[in-house]
Amino acid sequence: MSGKASQLWRGGEPFIWLTGGALALSLLLVVGLVALIVGNALGFFWPTNVARLTLRDGKTLTGQLVDREPVPAEPGQYRIKLKVANRDLYGADFQWVDEAKIARRDDPADVVVVERTEWGLLIGSIKEVREGGRVLASGPVAGLAEVRRRLPSAADARRDIKRLEKSEIGAINHAQEKIRLGLKRLELQGVTRGAEVDALQQELGRLQARYKEREASLAEIRGGQTASVMVQADDGKEKDLPLLQVLRIDAPNAMGVLGKGAYYLAHVWEFVSGDPRESNTEGGVFPAIFGTVMMVMIMSVIVAPLGVLAAFYLREYAVQGTFVSAVRIAVNNLAGVPSIVFGVFGVGFFIYVVGGTIDRFFYAEALPTPTYGTGGILWASLTLALLTVPVVIVATEEGLASIPRGMREGSLALGATKLETTLRMVLPAVMPSILTGLILAMARAAGEVAPLMITGVVKLAPSLPLDGFWPFVHLDRKFMHLGFHIYDVGFQSPNVDAARPMVFITTLLLLLIVVLMNLFAIGLRHRLRRTYAVSAL
Amino acid sequence: MSSHVRVTASLDPRTGAADIMEAPMVEIDHVSLWYGAKLALKDISMSVPKHRVTAYIGPSGCGKTTLLRCLNRMNDLVDGVRTVGAIRIGGTDIGDPALDVTELRKRVGMVFQKSNPFPKSIFENVAYGPRILGVASRADLEGTVERSLRAAALWDEVQDRLGESALGLSGGQQQRLCIARAIAVEPDVLLMDEPCSALDPIATAKIEELMLELKNSYTIVIVTHNMQQAARVSDSTGFMLLGELVEFGVTRALFTNPRDKRTEDYITGRFG
Repeated sequence: MSGKASQLWRGGEPFIWLTGGALALSLLLVVGLVALIVGNALGFFWPTNVARLTLRDGKTLTGQLVDREPVPAEPGQYRIKLKVANRDLYGADFQWVDEAKIARRDDPADVVVVERTEWGLLIGSIKEVREGGRVLASGPVAGLAEVRRRLPSAADARRDIKRLEKSEIGAINHAQEKIRLGLKRLELQGVTRGAEVDALQQELGRLQARYKEREASLAEIRGGQTASVMVQADDGKEKDLPLLQVLRIDAPNAMGVLGKGAYYLAHVWEFVSGDPRESNTEGGVFPAIFGTVMMVMIMSVIVAPLGVLAAFYLREYAVQGTFVSAVRIAVNNLAGVPSIVFGVFGVGFFIYVVGGTIDRFFYAEALPTPTYGTGGILWASLTLALLTVPVVIVATEEGLASIPRGMREGSLALGATKLETTLRMVLPAVMPSILTGLILAMARAAGEVAPLMITGVVKLAPSLPLDGFWPFVHLDRKFMHLGFHIYDVGFQSPNVDAARPMVFITTLLLLLIVVLMNLFAIGLRHRLRRTYAVSAL
Repeated sequence: MSSHVRVTASLDPRTGAADIMEAPMVEIDHVSLWYGAKLALKDISMSVPKHRVTAYIGPSGCGKTTLLRCLNRMNDLVDGVRTVGAIRIGGTDIGDPALDVTELRKRVGMVFQKSNPFPKSIFENVAYGPRILGVASRADLEGTVERSLRAAALWDEVQDRLGESALGLSGGQQQRLCIARAIAVEPDVLLMDEPCSALDPIATAKIEELMLELKNSYTIVIVTHNMQQAARVSDSTGFMLLGELVEFGVTRALFTNPRDKRTEDYITGRFG
């Protein structure tokens, strides 16, 4: 090696650059990842103008511009992707148009974008608003005003219908199901007649009558909403849309920045608080947020005591030796086991063995329909608790190891027993480390998908695992999860183009939730550290 | 070899030998101790007088800390320790298997070489012992904490920040806090294992002053490297070497007129 090169190497300068470069590259990748997700996600709810393209062959296409790319075989040529929506009229939401074929583009102010309960967006211009054959208003301007005037009452009716269907009819169904199971239980005990059975049958009859009543009022509400809006789309196609199905109506081309901002906020709110529609490609993800947070909480409640107690035994009571070392290595390695393996264990043990046994002893009347013997939020949480328990054990053990011997002796020398020392001195001092472990466990659990897919996550859960029916927390229920939602929307959706922006925005949301839960735990740990002023971990 | 050391005759009227023998608080009777196969204490016998400061001096590894830790049975926590002989504190044989060791430790407090406040507030540190004893009333605890902190000459410095973490105190304050914590349970005997070895001279002076104050209420046994310290604070001193109690007697006599050659060599700085 030449003298200069050798000197350079010995000076350490190249190594500093190498290490700094590695760090910079890692940071760049992370920043790029976040930027990609944020960039793709944030723009999604901003209302794009609706363009009306007149093609050279005389056809018109109306829709929102979503993408532009070079035509593969023809250099210098571009084509654009237009969201024409109106799936019920055209068959597909999107259409590619070669730019060369476009004769003219304008943004007509009268085009409206209608969000409806089914079939996705409807784009076109309002022809007239009708109620029971009578025309209330005609033309785009008067029609839009009339629709806007009537929308609140349609929304109220929709809410009433939902309340009737979900709460009241739901409660009746719930009660009926309970009575049916009660009858079945009696039957299993050999009781098929008598006062008890009669009482249940009578109750069933009463419920049936109430059900009829509710159905009548449902029909009444529906009958009261007969107004519909006639929207004209391209090629003279028309759609007569009942107002009851209209969620929102906007004319994006006529909107100012403020109007667009309001539209944006309203959609962000709908996304985080609403239920999904149209096989998850529209609407919100509230059930998935709820499911994710609830599962992580149940998991934390299970994993924290389990991991902490195990770590206490390993570090405080077990005689340190080969066996304990082997256990420690095994625990550390458990953290590296592929998560799907835990999922399989969850299915094989928790669902089939534990859940099956619970069903046989406590829910025999419902069999062969499983209650606990199928995937559910409890089993998913337990599986994840198993998956993350090594993280908690390791963090707690490190915290315990960092408590100086002198502190323990100080407590023992005051006449405290070993148990008193552990509970009054060691446990508070090690609390920040426990929280560190829990933060890591929560972050891991919130993002895990594979084991959940087979232990209780579904793409669409009919009801939340927490509701107004006794016992309020339904640990046997299947649930939705943001991580699985991303997979489902991105790769399992029948309408991939429409779903793609949902992938990014759901990913962003998942990231935000993980960050939020972590911040909460970090804040808690910070407070504990200030109280106890320990420097551990 | 028996080393039942007779107390060096002293003519000092204040701390006469007769006085020492009159009221022994701790009696150590032919105690030997092994760490595994290694003999760490060789047949030690002596008495610690009540309401006096007794010091052990000697070079590192001579067994003085081990002897101290025998007195509250902290050596029980070390694996492979075996002890023979008897130690009586206030007449009770502390080696008795039926004796509740936590009861013993409530009567025999200890201050460690390295200050070891708990990662809690100043108040909770001092209240720790009383809480273990079952004191739950806030008023009682406040009284005990204030009394203990005053006794440890720390009250004036911390009275307006009792809720703050004890780990924010200076080294000398932390050590005085540990003393306050130890005396909060009102022990009979206070063991101090080189309590000033990590402190600067001013903090050391404060603790020494405190010891002289505390000996009115407690029997203090201190282990120290520092011969000047032993000379300043103790009433009687034992010199230990290689696990053996070479000489034990009234401090002034031991320092001015040692009977054993080895003692003389040590205190005159010929080794150690």
